[in-house]
Amino acid sequence: MEEHVVVIYPHPDDESFGAAGTMTEFRKQGVPVTYLCGTLGEMGRNMGSPIFANRETLPEIRKKELIEACNVLDVELKLLGYRDKTIEYEDINEVASHLKKILEDIKPSLVITHYPDHAVHPDHNALGAAAIEAVRLMDTDKRPKVWAQAITNNHVEMLGNPDIINDITEYFDIKMKAILSHSSQASGIIGQFRKDQDDVDEVAKARFSTEQFYTWNFEK
Amino acid sequence: MKPIEIDKIQDILNRFVDKDVYIHLETTNGAYASHINDKAYNVGAYIRNAKVRFNQAKIIKDGKIYRAGLKMEIGWIYAEGLSDWEIFENEKLLLAGHDRQGRLMVSLQLSETPFNY
Repeated sequence: MEEHVVVIYPHPDDESFGAAGTMTEFRKQGVPVTYLCGTLGEMGRNMGSPIFANRETLPEIRKKELIEACNVLDVELKLLGYRDKTIEYEDINEVASHLKKILEDIKPSLVITHYPDHAVHPDHNALGAAAIEAVRLMDTDKRPKVWAQAITNNHVEMLGNPDIINDITEYFDIKMKAILSHSSQASGIIGQFRKDQDDVDEVAKARFSTEQFYTWNFEK
Repeated sequence: MKPIEIDKIQDILNRFVDKDVYIHLETTNGAYASHINDKAYNVGAYIRNAKVRFNQAKIIKDGKIYRAGLKMEIGWIYAEGLSDWEIFENEKLLLAGHDRQGRLMVSLQLSETPFNY
C-alpha cells in the first residue's frame, strides 16, 4: 500500500480529467493524497457556456472550482503559484528545487505527473519534466515512484503500452462529479464529445474507463 | 460580458487617449488545436501589462464583430473579432471575442492601473 500520493499537474481540472479515479481508489484505501496544482489556469479560453467568466475573473473562479473538485475527491490541495502557459519559460532547476522541497516535506511513496514531451500542453510537459527532475535529485533511497501520464495521440506507438492501467469504471460517477466541479471548463470540453454522438455520458464512460501511466525509469 | 455597444465603447476608448495605459492583448485557438485536429495549427500570442500611450482610438463594426485600432506615436495596436465588453473593477475596459461555445478567441483590455500578473 502507498503511504502518501502526490499528484503534480499544472491546471485546475487536470487532476479530475487525468487521475480522479486513481486518486479516489487511493482515498478508499485510506492513503493520503495531495494535489500540487501548478497554476490557476489563468489563460484558459473556456469562459463557461453560457459565458460567466472573463480573462480577469477566471483565476478566482477556477480556484473555487478546484477547491470544490478537491473536496469531491477528498484530497489535500496545495497551489504552486505559477502562471498558466508560462511554466516552460521558468528555470526548470528552480521549479524542480521548489517541488523537491515540498516532496521532502510530504515524503510521498508515489508521485503522479505528466510524461514530459508526451503530454500535449506545454505546461504539462514542463511541469512533468520539473517534477521528474525533482525526484531524480532526491537521494535514491528516498525517491518515491513516479507514474507519468502521456496523452499525445501517438504515445503508445512512441512509448509502448503503459504499465499502469487503472480500471476506474467503479469511480466514474465521482470522476464526472469532480470534472463538473470545474463548471467554467467542463461544458466546453465535454461538449467536444458531442460532435459525433448524442449520448455524452456513454462517450465519457468509454473515454474515462481507465487512467493510464508509465512507471518512470530513473536508470535509463 | 455583454454584446458590444459601439458608441459606449468609443466614448470609453477616448478616455484612455494620451494617457499611460496598461494593455492586455491576446489571441488564442487553444493549446489542444492540433491535438484535436492534426490539420490545425496551435496559434496564440499575449502581452500583458505593457505600458502604452496612444493618441487616437477607434472601434469599427463589421457584420457581427468589431475591430479596434489604437494609434501610437510610432506604431499601432490592433484587435479583430471582438464581440463582448465589460468594465471590470470600475476602471478596466475588457473587450473580447468568443466562439459559439463561449471560448475566448481574442481580447483587448485597457486600464490605467496594472492588471494582476
